[in-house]
Amino acid sequence: MNNNLIKGNKFEWETIIGLEIHAQVKSKSKLFSNSSTAFGSKPNSQVSLVDAAMPGMLPVINQYCIEQAVRTGIGLNAQINNYSVFDRKNYFYADLPQGYQISQYKYPIVGKGKVTIDFKDGNSKDIRIVRLHLEQDAGKSLHDQNPTKTYVDLNRSGVALMEIVSEPDIRSAEEAGLYINKIRSILMYLDTCDGNMQEGSLRADVNISVRKPGDEYGTRCEIKNLNSIKFIKQAIHYEAKRQIEILEEGGIIEQNTLLFNTSNGKTRPMRSKEEAHDYRYFPDPDLLPLEISQTEIDKLKSSITELPDDRKKRYVDDYNLSNYDASVLTSDKHVSDYFDEVINSDKSLKESSKIVVNWITSELFSILNEHNIEIKISPITPKYLGKLVKLILENVISGKIAKDVLIDMYNTKKDPETIIDQKGLKQLTNTSEIENIVEEVLKENQKMVEQYLSGKDKLLGFFVGESMKKSKGKANPKILNEILKNKLSKKN
Amino acid sequence: MKLDTNTINKIAKLARIKLSEQESKDLLKDMNSILDWVEQLNEVDTDKIEPLANISSSSLPKRKDQAEDINSSDEILQNSPDKLEGYFAVPKVVE
Amino acid sequence: MEFKSISELQSLLNDKKISVKEIADTYIKKIKEKKDLNIFIYFNEDKIYEQVKNIENFSNEKKLKAIPIAVKDLFCTKNMPTTAASKILENFHPTYESFVTQRLVDMGAMFVGKTNLDEFAMGSATNTSYFGNTINPLSEKDIPLAPGGSSGGSAAAVAADLCLGATGTDTGGSIRQPASLCGVVGIKPTYGLCSRWGIAAFASSLDQAGVFSKNVTDSSILLEEMAGYDQRDSTSSNVKIPNFSKELNTDMSGKIIGVPKEYAVDGISDEINQVWEDAIKSLEKKGAIIKKISLPHTKYALPTYYIIAPAEASSNLARYDGVKYGFRADDSNSLDEMYELTRSEGFGKEVKRRILIGTYVLSAGYYDAYYIKAQKVRKLIANDFVNTFSECDFILTPTAPSAAFPLNEKQDDPIKMYLNDVFTVPASLAGIPGISIPYGSDKKGLPLGIQILGKHYNEQEIFNAAFALEKDYE
Repeated sequence: MNNNLIKGNKFEWETIIGLEIHAQVKSKSKLFSNSSTAFGSKPNSQVSLVDAAMPGMLPVINQYCIEQAVRTGIGLNAQINNYSVFDRKNYFYADLPQGYQISQYKYPIVGKGKVTIDFKDGNSKDIRIVRLHLEQDAGKSLHDQNPTKTYVDLNRSGVALMEIVSEPDIRSAEEAGLYINKIRSILMYLDTCDGNMQEGSLRADVNISVRKPGDEYGTRCEIKNLNSIKFIKQAIHYEAKRQIEILEEGGIIEQNTLLFNTSNGKTRPMRSKEEAHDYRYFPDPDLLPLEISQTEIDKLKSSITELPDDRKKRYVDDYNLSNYDASVLTSDKHVSDYFDEVINSDKSLKESSKIVVNWITSELFSILNEHNIEIKISPITPKYLGKLVKLILENVISGKIAKDVLIDMYNTKKDPETIIDQKGLKQLTNTSEIENIVEEVLKENQKMVEQYLSGKDKLLGFFVGESMKKSKGKANPKILNEILKNKLSKKN
Repeated sequence: MKLDTNTINKIAKLARIKLSEQESKDLLKDMNSILDWVEQLNEVDTDKIEPLANISSSSLPKRKDQAEDINSSDEILQNSPDKLEGYFAVPKVVE
Repeated sequence: MEFKSISELQSLLNDKKISVKEIADTYIKKIKEKKDLNIFIYFNEDKIYEQVKNIENFSNEKKLKAIPIAVKDLFCTKNMPTTAASKILENFHPTYESFVTQRLVDMGAMFVGKTNLDEFAMGSATNTSYFGNTINPLSEKDIPLAPGGSSGGSAAAVAADLCLGATGTDTGGSIRQPASLCGVVGIKPTYGLCSRWGIAAFASSLDQAGVFSKNVTDSSILLEEMAGYDQRDSTSSNVKIPNFSKELNTDMSGKIIGVPKEYAVDGISDEINQVWEDAIKSLEKKGAIIKKISLPHTKYALPTYYIIAPAEASSNLARYDGVKYGFRADDSNSLDEMYELTRSEGFGKEVKRRILIGTYVLSAGYYDAYYIKAQKVRKLIANDFVNTFSECDFILTPTAPSAAFPLNEKQDDPIKMYLNDVFTVPASLAGIPGISIPYGSDKKGLPLGIQILGKHYNEQEIFNAAFALEKDYE
């Protein structure tokens, strides 16, 4: 039953994974200061006196970041705590100007919750959330700009992060991928994080251990700061294998903090953090406890419109999509929003939602991918794509012509009907016109007709092709086929 | 004696303060006498008492999410003992 | 030439009997004459004359126009460097002005310089400063005395008539105790009344700015200008600041004065007990009712303080790491070595001692036994005051267990030094306001201070009581 087991040389092993996701809160200003969170600014240009920990500077919390954390907690089906406390986590590092990070330790803003992940085979699984807390991001250290120095950029210093901690409920790299995707999708639906993993808005630390099924948890290692699902999967694969090899050779796993080398796909211990930490957490005396009333929570709750799971259920119920298809479609809010807009652009499309899905996920995606354009800024509007699908359904154009029209729509941003009219691409359904074309083709290819009549059935395709060519692809294929067969049989 | 030299050195490492042998000897004496002295708090029954972190009884004030474009580099780096190419510079770190 | 009060100097200025520049000249001369007392860490004539030009343009309505003020060098100031009396802030030039000093600047005050203090305000004698001891202006020539601390430079500046007012900060007694030892008035208001923004932090939950002056009226004028809500300090009190100076009155009839029995501790001189007794009698004569009260957890205040304050300090002082500002040790091969050498060379002995104590009491395995325990006892100490204030209007005690003592007298034993704050620390832990005024003297003629403690935000009450007592010496 458990197909997540990894076969070692001697035994089968189960991988136990827990994730700590660091999601950057979507806000204009930082958690405790009013400098901008804008990405990609000139080094040290978005650093307030507070962010640089100048003497006498004090933190003041950003109301919106609190609301964002509460919204996210609601999205994670989690307990929102009416009382939470900001603590200082004390350690020294070049990009930590205060010498401590303001975080939440004993009393986080959000407690226990859960999210559901969906598998291809139609099954689902709940991953439990331990907590979500708010904390400050550190600055950025650059180690390769100078042969003898590390450079420090504090632009990120103080940006609000939500740390979302899962229970060790994840059992494979695939599950880890689905889990992160799901969290990302919830954050993006709520608009509490932009989900941009490339820019580091979403990073994860992976806690991983292996055990023989039924045994106690093994010693775990923590792989720090992974910023793509691909790397997370690679790192899990590599690390599980490494631990299994050690154990099978009779060794023991040392609890360690690891880094993942993206160029060779291997993990290695972090050199700079060798000694044991003692973070000396204590309540930040510059701040008071954070109290949130039930009224505020309820207000935020009612402002949330639709979460991925709600939408997935709607797709299954209303459009008859499979659980998995619906989950894939809803996982990216922008894709799913696009789909909704297409469907809502014309009543008749609701019946043909699967065709709409196919047009989005195959044809539209291939054009957008080719140009590296995100769907939310697609030049082909949902309304026009809806129109195009409708034209196919009504036999105004063939699917094949529609693909060309779609490319035109991308390039010109025009209404598909306009393109079809201007280029005269409307399907030929007029029987006599098609008959004329077929007559001509047969006349021009007397020899082939003879060969066909003498038994070479395969040539039918040739006549179809020639006639289609002559109609410039516009002939309705069904009618064309009928007429051809009819004419040829009469010649017999 | 609460502390030994080993503990003092561990604490000093956590606080990133280098101690000479003499300093660590002196501090051992001072800190032990201070810790012995604060021991008298154990006479106080605090079983049902909530710890007091801040005397203020008001609730945490919050600010609106407004960002200032401060273009701060010159001001922020002005006092740094070592700055290069718009960055703070520190001895190279090997991760 | 000596000016006795803010109002005196203001009328001279209004009547054009003295100019802003002449005021500057006068104080520059005085400060130069008293250079040996090492009261100022930063003093620069040019910076004073720069201010003169601005101040001359101010309207005479500005309540502190041309009033010479000394600033404790813990307040960040734009025009003068800020050191916190530490080598670690070497060459630090703030690009910002603290909330409190900005208020004073806006009201037309003239800053004469930055005063000496115990390094990062950690001390009770102004003898832990990187820039050397400050000498109490009341010292006899052959026996230099300590001015108290940590705001010893500010108290001494007022006592030596080098300014009319001085800013201070009080974490466990750092305004009231030096005020007592230097024979001046010093008030620490309610925690949160003055913004901490721009003051280098020592212990955030205790630090509070206040003021020194020659008399109660001037303190009330200065405090009403310095205090006020600041959105940039999350612990700043959003309360309306009364017009303290206007409301001053000496009417003590019917006021209930608490006299706590726990403040009659062993080893306190008869002279101090006598001064305390005199003050009680004086207020009784003015119509007040004396009530014996008990603050049962008083004896635990000092040990509680010496856990909480170092714990917060160990974290507050982590930012001094040689990266963003201040001193950095040379020749480090690694980041950690740079931190360790910088902080080892940059901090003095007392600061290191407190950072290490603080680090220890917060470390894994000791947090509950020390830090949480101390916070619980702090709660009990605060409760003592709450209970007591339900039956009295204010509390009268001595300010310090001794008059000014010879420099370095208590230096070898930290606990002995900590005992200087035995009467001032409880109010700091409870966050209540306290004022010290000179009231009598010892055999040698050294001043002794009386402390008046009030309810939260009840500065007016203690100003009034102090004002009434002050009349006894006019």
